Amino acid sequence: MKIIVCAKQVPDTNEVKIDPVKGTLIREGVPSILNPDDANALEAALQIKDNNPGTTVTVISMGPPQASYMLRECLAMGADEAVLLSSRAFGGADTCATSTALAAGIRKIGDFDIIFAGRQAIDGDTAQVGPQLAQRLGIPSVTYVQKIREIKENSVVVERALEDGYEVIEVQRPCLLTAIKELNEPRYMTIFQIEEAYKKEIKIWDENDVNVSPDVIGLKGSPTQVFRSFTPPPKGKGEMLTGTVNEMVNALIAKLTEKHVL
Amino acid sequence: MIFSEKHELIRKLARDFAEKELTKDILDRIEETNEYPKELLDKMAKAGFFGIKTPVKYGGQGSDMLSYVLVIEELARVSAVTTVWVSAPNSLGGGPLLLAGTEEQLQKYLVPVAKGEKIMAFGLTEPNAGSDAGATSTTAVRDGDYWILNGRKTFITHAPVADYCIIYAKTDKTQKGSRGISAFIVDMKLPGVSLGKPEKKMGLIGAPTSDIILEDVRVHQSDMLGEEGKGFTNAMKTLDIGRIGVAAMSIGVAQGALDETIRYAKERKQFGRRIADFQEISFMIADMATKLQAAKELVYRAAQLKDMNSPDATQAASMAKYYATEVCNEIAAKAVQIHGGYGYIKEYKVERIYRDCRVFTIFEGTSQVQKMVIANTLLKK
Repeated sequence: MKIIVCAKQVPDTNEVKIDPVKGTLIREGVPSILNPDDANALEAALQIKDNNPGTTVTVISMGPPQASYMLRECLAMGADEAVLLSSRAFGGADTCATSTALAAGIRKIGDFDIIFAGRQAIDGDTAQVGPQLAQRLGIPSVTYVQKIREIKENSVVVERALEDGYEVIEVQRPCLLTAIKELNEPRYMTIFQIEEAYKKEIKIWDENDVNVSPDVIGLKGSPTQVFRSFTPPPKGKGEMLTGTVNEMVNALIAKLTEKHVL
Repeated sequence: MIFSEKHELIRKLARDFAEKELTKDILDRIEETNEYPKELLDKMAKAGFFGIKTPVKYGGQGSDMLSYVLVIEELARVSAVTTVWVSAPNSLGGGPLLLAGTEEQLQKYLVPVAKGEKIMAFGLTEPNAGSDAGATSTTAVRDGDYWILNGRKTFITHAPVADYCIIYAKTDKTQKGSRGISAFIVDMKLPGVSLGKPEKKMGLIGAPTSDIILEDVRVHQSDMLGEEGKGFTNAMKTLDIGRIGVAAMSIGVAQGALDETIRYAKERKQFGRRIADFQEISFMIADMATKLQAAKELVYRAAQLKDMNSPDATQAASMAKYYATEVCNEIAAKAVQIHGGYGYIKEYKVERIYRDCRVFTIFEGTSQVQKMVIANTLLKK
C-alpha cells in the first residue's frame, strides 16, 4: 500500500507569548515542532505499515527550508521518504493556495491508497486543508477520524468522532482521512532511525517541479487576506453572588432575565 | 558547543521521552518500592537507548558517543536512576564485549544486551580492590577447557537482576599488580554463583546493587573475554567510556537542580520580595549556571574526542568526570541551600537530587583517581 501523510511545521503554541503592547504573537525564540495532529496522522500511517509489509509512507509538507528538520523527525519515526514543497512562490499561502500546492505535490508523487492529514494545525486552527485537498484530488474524505477499524481490499472502515458519539463510515480508496489526537499515541523516534534519517535525501520541490502556476499558489493564489490580527480583550471579571441559597437563586434569575437569557 | 541538527534531534527524543514518561508519580513510586518499572525499560529499549553507539550488526543503533552523552544528560535531568539503567548496557556492560569480544561472543551476548533483552553487569571492584583495581584477588585456575573462578566482587550494579557479569580475575598469580588479570563472561545461573544481600544505598534508589560471590564456578574457555592476561586493559578502556557517562549524568542532574532552583527562587517570597531578587541568591545561581556550562563543554569535548578516537580522549574523560561530578555536587548542595527547609523535605526534587549525585564523585573512579589519571597523562610522558 502507498500512504501519503501531510505534515506541517508549526510554532509550539505552548511556548508562544503575546506582546502585551502590540497584541501580536512573539515568534522569536519559539521552537518549531511537528504539528500535533499531524503526528497522529503519521502514527496512523505507520501502524498500517507495521501490519502490512510492503507499505510505504511518504510525508509531504510545504514550508521554508527549515521545515526539513520536522521532516527528518517524521523519517526518524519511521516514514520512508519525505518531500518538501519550498520556494518563495509558495509563501504567504492561505488554505486554498496551500491545498492547491499540496495537491500538485501529491500528483507528482503519484499513486496512493490513503492520504492522512492532521485535523488542523495549532497555528491556524482552520481544519480546512485536508478536506480541500481531497476535493482537489477528487477523492472522498473523512474528517475527525478517531479509530481505524479495518483496512479492506478497496476501502477503509473508520470511526468519525462527533460531539457526543461517533459514526462508522466505510470509505472507498483512495481516500483522505484527517486524524484527531484520540486516534493513537504517536511513537517515539529511535536513535537508529534518526541516524538513518540523516542518510536519506529530502526531496525539495519548487512550483516548476510540481508543475503548478505561480498564480494559484502562495500569496497570489490566496483569496483570504489578513486584514488585522489582534488579541481579543480579556473577559471582564465575574460577579460572585452572596447570601442564602434562595437569595442567590433569586438574584441569578433576575440577572438572567435582565439579559434575556431566560 | 554547537550541535549538528542530528544531535539536536537525538536530544529532542530523549527530552520528550523524559518529560512524558518519567513523571513525578512514577519516580516517587520507584523511590518507595526500590523497583524500576519493566514497562519503562521496554519503552527505552524500543527507542534504542540501550545500544546507542553499539553497531547495528550487534543489535545497536549505530550512533556515537556524543549521542550517548545527550541521551544520558536529558534523562538525568529528570531522573538519575534511569541513567544507571541506560548506561549499563551502553558502557560497563556492553563496553568490555565491544572492546574484546569475538564475533561469536558479540552475537551471543552483546546483541541481547543492546536490545535490552538481557542485563550484563560489570564485576571489577572487590572488598579490597576499589581504586586499586589491580589488587584483584579473585582467581581463575585452568582446568582443561574450563576455568575455575573463586572470589568476591562488591558494589556490583544490577547484580541482583543480571543475566551475565563480566568478571575480572587473576589468571597468573606470578604476575604482580594489574598484570595477569583476565576477563570472563559469567552466566549468573552457573553453579557456584551467588549474591550478597542488596545494598541499602543513600541514593539512586531503584538500581539494585549487591556483591557477587564465586565459589568454584566453572567457566568455559569460550567465555574468556579477550586475550589471557589482558583483562585489566579491557577494564580500564571500558572505564574511559564509563567516565564520560557519569560525567553526562552529572551535567543532566545539575541542570535539573538548577532548573528547580531558578523556579523556586522566582516563586519564593521573603522580606516582601522574591528571593531571586536578593543578590546573594542571584549570585549563587549565576555561579551554578556558569560552572555547569563549563562542565558541559568538558563533557561534550570528551565525547567528541572519543568519537574521533583521539589519544587525548582518556585525559579528557577523566577531566570531564572529575569536574562535572564535583560541580554537580556543589550545584546540588546550593540548590538545597536555596530551597531552605523545603530542600530537606522529600516532597521537593532537590532532596533526591542531592542524594543521587553524591556517588558520582565516587563510582567509576573517584575524583582522586581521576586526578591520578590526569596527572599521569601530563607528567609521565
